[in-house]
Amino acid sequence: MSVAILTWAITIAQVLLGLAMCCATYRLIAGPRAQDRILGLDTLYVNAMLMLITFGIRTASMIYFEAALIIGLLGFVATVALAKFLMRGEVIE
Amino acid sequence: MSGLDALPAWAALLTALLVLLGAVVTLIGSIGLLRLNSFYSRVHAPTLGTTVGMASILAGSALYFSVIDARPVIHEILIAIFVTLTTPVTLMLLVRAALYRDRTEGSGDVPTEETAEDSILRTED
Repeated sequence: MSVAILTWAITIAQVLLGLAMCCATYRLIAGPRAQDRILGLDTLYVNAMLMLITFGIRTASMIYFEAALIIGLLGFVATVALAKFLMRGEVIE
Repeated sequence: MSGLDALPAWAALLTALLVLLGAVVTLIGSIGLLRLNSFYSRVHAPTLGTTVGMASILAGSALYFSVIDARPVIHEILIAIFVTLTTPVTLMLLVRAALYRDRTEGSGDVPTEETAEDSILRTED
C-alpha cells in the first residue's frame, strides 16, 4: 500500500515538474527580452535537475544523482557565461 | 522498482510527502515565471524551486536511500550546497546585466545611476 502511494506520488511529482519545465520553456521561447530567455533557461536547468532526482528515487539507482549534479554544474556555468555576454555584447549595439 | 519492496511504510509516506511538496513548490515558482509582469519581478519566482523545492526533494531522496541502504546516504547535500551557493551569484550577474541594458537604452522603469541608492550599483557601471 505504502509502496503504491510512493509510486503514485513520484509519478505526480514528475508530471508537476514536467509542467514546470513547460512553463520555463515557454519563457525561454517567448522572451520578450534576452534576460527573460536566460532566466527561463536557468529555471529549466533547475527543474530538470529535480526531475532527474525523482527518476533516481523511482529506479533506486545512484546514476541519476550524478547526472543531476552535472546538470547543476553546467547550468551554473551556462547562465554565468550568458549573463556576462549580455553585459559586454550589448555595448556594441 | 526493486528497492521499493524493502521500504517501511513511514519512510515511503515521508518520502512521498517531501517529493510532492518539492514538486508543487517548484511548479508554483515556474508559474510565477510565466505570469509575472516585469523581468525584475520574474527573477524572484524561480528561486522557490531553488530553495524549498530543491531542499525538499533532496531531503526525500536522502531519506529514501538512507532507509534502503540501512546507512546514512547524504551525498545529496553536495547538490544542496552547490545550488545554494551558485543561485545568488547567477541571478545577481543576470540582474546586473539586465539593469545595464535597461540603462543604456534609457528605459524609464529602472533607477538611473545618479538616483540609485545602492553605492555598489553606482560604482559598478
